[in-house]
Amino acid sequence: MQPRLETEEVIVNLGPQHPSTHGVFRMILRLEHEVITEAIPVVGYLHRGLEKLAEVRTYTQIIPYTDRLDYLAAMLNNLGYVQAVEKLAGIEVPERAEYIRVICAELSRIASHLLFVATFAMDVGAITGFMYPFRDRERVLDLLEMVSGSRLTVSYMRVGGVAEDLPEEFLPALKKFLDDLPACIDEYNGLITGNEIFQARTKYVGRLDPQVAINYGISGPVLRASGVYYDLRKLRPYGIYDRFDFEVPLGKNGDCFDRFVVRIKEIEQSARIIRQAVEQLPEGPVMGKVPKVLRPPKGAEVYHEIEGAKGVLGYYLVSDGSNRPYRMHVRAPSFINLGLINEMVRGWKVADVIAILGSIDICLGEVDR
Amino acid sequence: MADSQLVAQIKEKFADVEVDAEQRLVVSPDQLPGLMKELRDTFGFDFLSNLTAVDYPEYFEVVYHPCRIRDAAMVTVKTRADKKRPRVPSVCGLWGAANWQEREVYDLFGIVFEGHPDLRRIFLEDDFPGHPLRKSFPLAEQREYVGG
Repeated sequence: MQPRLETEEVIVNLGPQHPSTHGVFRMILRLEHEVITEAIPVVGYLHRGLEKLAEVRTYTQIIPYTDRLDYLAAMLNNLGYVQAVEKLAGIEVPERAEYIRVICAELSRIASHLLFVATFAMDVGAITGFMYPFRDRERVLDLLEMVSGSRLTVSYMRVGGVAEDLPEEFLPALKKFLDDLPACIDEYNGLITGNEIFQARTKYVGRLDPQVAINYGISGPVLRASGVYYDLRKLRPYGIYDRFDFEVPLGKNGDCFDRFVVRIKEIEQSARIIRQAVEQLPEGPVMGKVPKVLRPPKGAEVYHEIEGAKGVLGYYLVSDGSNRPYRMHVRAPSFINLGLINEMVRGWKVADVIAILGSIDICLGEVDR
Repeated sequence: MADSQLVAQIKEKFADVEVDAEQRLVVSPDQLPGLMKELRDTFGFDFLSNLTAVDYPEYFEVVYHPCRIRDAAMVTVKTRADKKRPRVPSVCGLWGAANWQEREVYDLFGIVFEGHPDLRRIFLEDDFPGHPLRKSFPLAEQREYVGG
């Protein structure tokens, strides 16, 4: 007798200890054959209650905590936070510090995107492709270490400026890195972007409609890959971003491939901004006048957004007149970008789930806070 | 942040909306859905950037930051919920972005969003006692150790 073959729904648990989830993210996948019918995302494994912890720390003491949000682009988290506090307390930042901030923030963006390029290549099976961007990212981290003493958790920015002036060896090393970068990008394009298997795995996979993306609050490279021009550095310039000449790379199809290419192009644009910032870098102090004890006015509140590496990074601060925030909230781009994951992976195969999740580029430190 | 002209136009349509010194709109929970729909459909605020809450001694405040993709304009909308039985209408039907953010506020503040399609905790486990971002929730060092 022939055994009867029936279609059976299979439930597969992906994560939280799975390398392709880039941290401790878990998805419960309902499968029909190999096709996803539903993905139930589970987050919170890395929830440390950062917002609660901030309520019992002074404004300056919170800076190291912001490093631990998106730890792959800590400078950007520092920047968003200190700018929010500066707005809250009305503090001026010296010119030189503004330029140093831009240099470091864009370096951080490059580091984050390089990590994305590397891990995304590995997500779709290119182990060699993983090595090259990682090699170059290490150089960026060396630069960040020069200014801050730390590769990842930099805590370099301060309310009113930055912790220290640039060390002597920084600018020559930065120049060398920027000179080498175009050749490195050519290498990634040759090795990964132009690879036939890579393109087969990513082109037209996980297409994201721009209207849906906007409705779900998706931001950053993921939104821009769907062709939506939304970059706060251009549309709502903060700090001194209005002084630089750069482009906002956009995608057309909103697929995994576009999300990849947009980030590579953003690396080039960030390098362009850094070059201009180095050229214009003025002399002068790196710290403004900041009171010893920072007490923003009672009842003051501020919501400040910057363009982070993963998307719109916002800080909401409420002051009660003491030296600690009454409330701090972080609008974490990874968290909100992940909100659409079920819709994005539904109908795709298991292997595509890895590619789609990888292409969103989440950082769990920021998702879970 | 929001320009005063825009806020004046909104005020014209919604007479009950309070506007504070920094052009932030304060609205009662039952008026919230109407105002938000107007903001999205007439004023083009298609991108709900941020949604969060604050625990004040007398009330909970839910804060919304809708934005506009075309020029990145932003308005601040606030609504107040009762301390004992905090309930606010959900804006999930207008912006998908509200889904996870309302779940986060529900998880950490215990504010119920009426009409939310899937109001479950998001960060903490389902049987976690209390809502940690409430001011009444003690920090670890203030809590009694109950472990074995």
